[in-house]
Amino acid sequence: MAGEKEALFSQKNRRLLIDPLNDDNPITVQVLGICSALAITVQLKPAIVMSVAVMFVLVFGNLIVSLLRNLIPNRIRIIVQLLIVAFLVILVDQILKAYAYDVSKELSVFVGLIITNCIIMGRFEAFALGNGPWKSILDGIGNSAGYGAILIIVAFFRELLGSGKLYGYEILGHKAKTVAESTGLYYYGYENNGFMLLSPMALITVGILIWYQRSKNRKLIED
Amino acid sequence: MDRNSNVYTFIFAIVMVVVVAAALAFTATTLKPLQAENVKNEKMQNILSTIGVDVDRDNASTKFDEFIKQQLALQADGSVNDSVDAFKLNLHKETKKAHEEQNYPIYIAEKEGKTFYVVPLYGAGLWDAIWGYIALESDKNTIIGASFDHAGETPGLGAEINQSWYEDQYIGKTIFDENNNFVSVKAVKGGAKVGDMHGVDAISGGTITSDGVTNMVEERLKNYIPYLKNN
Repeated sequence: MAGEKEALFSQKNRRLLIDPLNDDNPITVQVLGICSALAITVQLKPAIVMSVAVMFVLVFGNLIVSLLRNLIPNRIRIIVQLLIVAFLVILVDQILKAYAYDVSKELSVFVGLIITNCIIMGRFEAFALGNGPWKSILDGIGNSAGYGAILIIVAFFRELLGSGKLYGYEILGHKAKTVAESTGLYYYGYENNGFMLLSPMALITVGILIWYQRSKNRKLIED
Repeated sequence: MDRNSNVYTFIFAIVMVVVVAAALAFTATTLKPLQAENVKNEKMQNILSTIGVDVDRDNASTKFDEFIKQQLALQADGSVNDSVDAFKLNLHKETKKAHEEQNYPIYIAEKEGKTFYVVPLYGAGLWDAIWGYIALESDKNTIIGASFDHAGETPGLGAEINQSWYEDQYIGKTIFDENNNFVSVKAVKGGAKVGDMHGVDAISGGTITSDGVTNMVEERLKNYIPYLKNN
């Protein structure tokens, strides 16, 4: 194989890591994994936990699929991929429940969402089945980072504008029952935008991000 | 071997499933004691938090023995059923039984010379189960602490029931009115009136979860009326 002579971080391999962050972002360019981007971006913390979990599953899943790529029968490859995702997700869940109980409680709702995340199956099918283990790992890291970055940006705006907090800390001041008792911005009559907490605003935020990215990135401008 | 043959496909599928199943079964069995310990300590932590004792998970067990003096399983008429270990009662299973056949666990705590009664709760939220604990003062009427949790409510909306801003609203509310009739504490949409002794603010965007909490508090506390009034 030609790939074996390639340097670990050759130009091509670096592109695998960096492309998904911008030019080939799974959410804003490929528009995959939107479901979880809408569901869990109300607060920053679950968004970060979700990003880390997806990274684990995608990197190891890509590695396993890549190692088995010459053995997997073509006709049942999707089912085999699904089995691998489900296996990894349950494994993560079990280990967290035993050793990091608080994180597992945070994550519990999203386990099902990881299995159904189209990015994971998409990368297995489109990349890991046709490439070696090292490249697949890089691709996994790149794509999950690209996914995580968007998740965190959206969660940042939704938590800040929707509940006036970041990572659970009240950074815009404390909102008490009456304006006079409140501190910070709330004292001057500022109100949280409750609409930001609802899913439609996540879609609109992602839309604005896509618009912004397309207007800045020349490669993405279509004729 | 031909990778497109039926035999190969079957063998591959069988080997793959057996390997994955074995690996998962092994992990689950090995980690089970650790997981059960976490769940047990968390339960103790939650019960203690309602009477204002904050402990970390490692010390929950010792503190629990220190503060919780009695763990009783009550019957529908309010009498104590000695044959049942109250701590091990599974409310999910109990709530499925008929009213007369259920056991109702109650924890009696003593802190700084005062007696508190902690009642476990269990009910349904929007997506999944919700549960919690409510601690009553020695007058068996005033709430001194509440703790709620959930299996899968929407983060940022219904899931806020386990946050202190929501739980702390229950402190000081009463479950009986002036005439000693049971009224429970309700989560009121649009906000409870100032001075309402039986209402707290519901969560905006989390109406169904809030209603779930209201129902759970009412349905579960109702069962303890005979015990609370007679002891």
